[in-house]
Amino acid sequence: MTLQENLGPRIDRPLVVADGPSISPLKQGGTVSTATIGPWRLIGRKLLRQKVAMIAGAVILILYLVGLFAEFLAPFLPTTSKPQYTYAPPQAISLFVTNPDGSSDFRPHVKGYRVEIDKVALRRTFVVDETKVVPIGFFVKGPAYHLFGLIPMDRHLIGPLNPADPMYLLGTDRLGRDVFSRLVHGTRVSMSIGLVGVGVSLVLGVVFGAISGFYGGWVDMLIQRVIEVVSAMPTIPLWLGLAAAIPLTWSPLTVYFVITIIVSLLGWTSLAREVRGRFLALRSEDFVTAARLDGSSETRLIFRHILPSLTSHILAVVTLAVPTMIVAETSLSFLGIGLKPPVVSWGVLLQDAQNIRTVATAPWLLIWPSLAVVVAVLSFNFFGDGLRDAADPYDN
Amino acid sequence: MLGYIFKRLVYMIPTLFGMSLISFLIIQLPPGDYLSSMIATMSDSGQAVDPDEIERLKQIYGFDDPFYIQYVKWIWGILSRGDFGWSFEWNQPVSGLIWARMGSTLVISLLSLLFVWIVALPIGIYSAVRRHSIGDHVFTFLGFIGLAVPNFILALTLMYVAYRYLGQSVGGFFSPEYAEAPWSLAKLWDLLAHLWIPIIIIGASGTAALIRILRANLTDELHKPYVVTARAKGLPEYKVILKYPVRIALNPFVSAIGWVLPHLVSGVTITAIVLNLPTAGPLLFRALVSQDMYLAGSFILLLSALTLVGMLLSDLLLAILDPRIRFN
Repeated sequence: MTLQENLGPRIDRPLVVADGPSISPLKQGGTVSTATIGPWRLIGRKLLRQKVAMIAGAVILILYLVGLFAEFLAPFLPTTSKPQYTYAPPQAISLFVTNPDGSSDFRPHVKGYRVEIDKVALRRTFVVDETKVVPIGFFVKGPAYHLFGLIPMDRHLIGPLNPADPMYLLGTDRLGRDVFSRLVHGTRVSMSIGLVGVGVSLVLGVVFGAISGFYGGWVDMLIQRVIEVVSAMPTIPLWLGLAAAIPLTWSPLTVYFVITIIVSLLGWTSLAREVRGRFLALRSEDFVTAARLDGSSETRLIFRHILPSLTSHILAVVTLAVPTMIVAETSLSFLGIGLKPPVVSWGVLLQDAQNIRTVATAPWLLIWPSLAVVVAVLSFNFFGDGLRDAADPYDN
Repeated sequence: MLGYIFKRLVYMIPTLFGMSLISFLIIQLPPGDYLSSMIATMSDSGQAVDPDEIERLKQIYGFDDPFYIQYVKWIWGILSRGDFGWSFEWNQPVSGLIWARMGSTLVISLLSLLFVWIVALPIGIYSAVRRHSIGDHVFTFLGFIGLAVPNFILALTLMYVAYRYLGQSVGGFFSPEYAEAPWSLAKLWDLLAHLWIPIIIIGASGTAALIRILRANLTDELHKPYVVTARAKGLPEYKVILKYPVRIALNPFVSAIGWVLPHLVSGVTITAIVLNLPTAGPLLFRALVSQDMYLAGSFILLLSALTLVGMLLSDLLLAILDPRIRFN
């Protein structure tokens, strides 16, 4: 019956229509279908629905913000050492102090240290002294710095009210440097290496993948062989080999960029493979043929027609590649042939935890930088997974 | 099948050539020339510099020749007489230093691979069959941790835990009292007590990755009609799962050797440096730091060749398992 009703008007309609063929509009009044939403908003919507990916994304954002505002967030300079506080254990923040008469006041503070002599090992150890109160506050004056390297400032988010007092939330290292401040500064270097490295990988991967997939033939053959060789070589020996060649005399900044390039040189292969696969598939699609027949140049075909349709996919692959870069930098710096002090990165921090005796004395030297690495890697993995699922148009 | 093996072997040649080229590039990378650094080292340590010896080395390795001639000389030495060059730090031929180390690297890598398989297979099947159960969630969580924690951090943590709570001396293959002792049952036991830490560390990320793959593949297979048919015929559940879908899902498991092995070899390298195991890792690292480049380059070449052989084996195994590959 309904069928008859639907067919009815069409049969009645005259066969020749004066104002052109009748095309039923895609949009029916009232219902806004998803067909009118652009692909990016669709991906965004799908991504928003994935809780784990969103939390991971937030963590990544926070880590980059920490890197951006490192000087402001860190109570001390990463290089300031206080020999009187070597291997001081972490302190906990308490909010209230109890007065002698039993009442309590709101005064955020940490407890000071007391030196004890370890009778067995015959060395000084610091113990948190419950009776000493070190008042702390927000937006306190501390060591001067330039925010973003431009704006002179001396306020820090958190710090002891008296700058000379000890406040070591995550303890101190062998030279009495604040691990918390160093970790915050290390976040900048480690997280940015991942980003810059992925940028280089992206360029290499897209260029070689696109050439390989678009032109095919012997160029494809050659690039595929190169990719095969690079991806079959075990990464750590290769990284070690390349990093060991960096002369000791180079400036920290140069070393930073060279390490970034080394790390990304070996990461581009998987990306190139992905891009090539997509290019091979898209090359024979109708819209590409149409554009070609319209007289588009090859550059235009690649950049205007093919690449945009795989951007979202590339984005996901890139996100998943960042953790590899972070781990690579951390491993190299840990072994002492990547970044070197005075540069502070998570790997450089872990270098202090190289031998088991140090770790036994000061476990916080291992725990906090490791936790930072693991959290960053996990976040990128979860976010990348979510992004990949969201970017897949066939998955509902 | 023979044709397939032949084709795969021929394909290996350009890859091996590329690897040797990269390895040699690494040998050449540090500035300065080996001979002058060797002369400096020798006179530093108070040894007399023998001009004849220097002239001989110069001849053999062609230090005055251009890059490609030096490369050809190096490769020819390896191919014709197994000569990988001269270790300037140890002052003996590289070939005398590497083989024992490569042997232990191979053993550790294979043991780790075995560990990966033994652990990943049952857990992968369990996770796929009991999807979204508590056990599955626990394993998925552990898997993510396994993927996220870099080898050396895991090594340090386990070392700390073993030192602090188990009172075990970690690092190396043996406790001091057994290091020089002749082989005995007690020594073997001591070796096993030391081996489990590196094997877990090296295998962790590979295991996690394989569990994920197996779980995904098996999940796809479990809902196919042939499984329903098998069940409808009244086969016992273990047979329904193990006999058909698991066998199909095993293919990627075998091909995984190809990409798990480079990971494992990588992992062995850095873990061995941290735990001070007598494998290629620490010696390679030392060679790189002291710029003893022939030793370092040879290690890199051999480790790469090792992963390449692993890939070949995985391809052959896959061809035996899967006729579609064999006959294409």
